[in-house]
Amino acid sequence: MAHSAINVFFAGNNFSRILQGLWTSVWIAGASLIIGLILGTLLGILRTLPNKIIRFILRLYLEFFRIVPTIVLLFLFYYILPRTFHINWPASWMAVLAFSLWVAAEFGDIVRGALESVPLVQKESGLALGLSRVQLLRYVLLPQAVQLELPATINLATRVIKTTSLLMMISIMDVVAIGQQIIEANNQKYPTAVFWIYGLIFFLYFIIDYPLSKWSKQLAAKQNR
Amino acid sequence: MTKEVLRVEHLNKFYGDWQALHDISFTLHQGEVLTLLGPSGSGKSTLIRCLNGLEDFKSGAIYFKGQKVETNSKNWQELRQKIGMVFQSYDLFPNFTVLENILLAPVKVQKRPEEEVKTEALRLLKRVGLEKYVNSYPRELSGGQKQRIAIVRALAMHPEIMLFDEVTASLDPEMVRGVLQIVTDLSQVDHMTMIIVTHEMNFARQIADQVLFLENGKILENTPGEEFFKHPKTNRARGFLTSMDF
Ligand SMILES: Nc1ncnc2c1ncn2[C@@H]1O[C@H](COP(=O)(O)OP(=O)(O)OP(=O)(O)O)[C@@H](O)[C@H]1O
Ligand SMILES: [Mg+2]
Repeated sequence: MAHSAINVFFAGNNFSRILQGLWTSVWIAGASLIIGLILGTLLGILRTLPNKIIRFILRLYLEFFRIVPTIVLLFLFYYILPRTFHINWPASWMAVLAFSLWVAAEFGDIVRGALESVPLVQKESGLALGLSRVQLLRYVLLPQAVQLELPATINLATRVIKTTSLLMMISIMDVVAIGQQIIEANNQKYPTAVFWIYGLIFFLYFIIDYPLSKWSKQLAAKQNR
Repeated sequence: MTKEVLRVEHLNKFYGDWQALHDISFTLHQGEVLTLLGPSGSGKSTLIRCLNGLEDFKSGAIYFKGQKVETNSKNWQELRQKIGMVFQSYDLFPNFTVLENILLAPVKVQKRPEEEVKTEALRLLKRVGLEKYVNSYPRELSGGQKQRIAIVRALAMHPEIMLFDEVTASLDPEMVRGVLQIVTDLSQVDHMTMIIVTHEMNFARQIADQVLFLENGKILENTPGEEFFKHPKTNRARGFLTSMDF
């Protein structure tokens, strides 16, 4: 009976396996975002310094991560780097590493842009009060930059979450990979399982990403007012 | 004889190849008010910004209380705690409340106890009639109110000199008087040493002990206040006063 294909969720431990896959995706995205945002803030600050060499190197770094497709990045970190440098980390850590460096590159650019768009007179009045460069950054520039960069940051987060669907390419059992296993295993019994499983995965991604994307749009609209 | 607070000697300032200030020299004594007048583009802002290190200069020297100012950023940071400045644009930090704006530098830079600074901040706010806005954010205030708070914020550092660069130029006319009154009080009640750039000629005449008249980056006149307005020495200054309806 085709319509009872929904039972595929409840066959064996399928449902808990899907949730487990989802958790894998979520923690990899979460860890990458946390590491990437911290690293990216530092990169963004460095990119506002007058030193031309630092700025040039960081610019190259950004362009590299922007141009190379994420899937290639994952292959690079999973197949090539471990072999060249004899690193023996689990695939999920390599994924976190690759994603963190990607997030850091993109977020660094967001931070740089936000810092640069804080009005000059804010910086000057901070200096005129005797604040040091570090105090100026900490109390005046970064707090104002955070406001400006929030929509772009949330947007980046939704992209990272979406991109976790590529994790199966480096044999990480993320939610998509597990979904496919279930579909293949149940092909005989539930031929339409494919719709249900992908439907569920779609739904799971949607309930995570949609509120984020909505939030970022709201913030952006508020800022443009 | 009052004490000398600031002395500028033969200061030359360039933007690229172009010379913005030519051989500027003057002296400012304790409690004196120096007014910088001159047409737009004459270099008033440039000069006042050189005095607290927001602009560098090519040659010449600045002496603060007889000591030559070493123009490195560390030293300027020290000195700016003694030289307050208020700008034309209302420059409060939008991410902080009024009180936080005032507390920031005294507490973080001068490391003074927060409670002590807070008491002082409230007293200063009362003095400018804004004590009820202590917990407001800058966006909730009018331009005139923001400008008064910017003055309070600078005063909370206990500066020995205050620099004012056209602090009323962006204000609605009805706001101007209140801000100028505060500056006048600072001179008359507190005997604050000040350098003021303004286009308000009545105010300048009333408050100036000394007028520097600038044009094209040069000092054309350095005259006691009253005399500048009664008997300007140069045709340029006369023309300027006429053009300002004075
Ligand atoms: N950052 C800069 N780079 C190059 N030139 C500048 C810069 N800042 C000011 N100038 C030039 O220096 C000259 C003096 O400018 P300044 O702002 O000091 O004039 P001002 O007397 O304050 O004029 P206003 O009354 O309009 O404020 C002007 O010709 C201006 O164009
Ligand atoms: Mg000016």
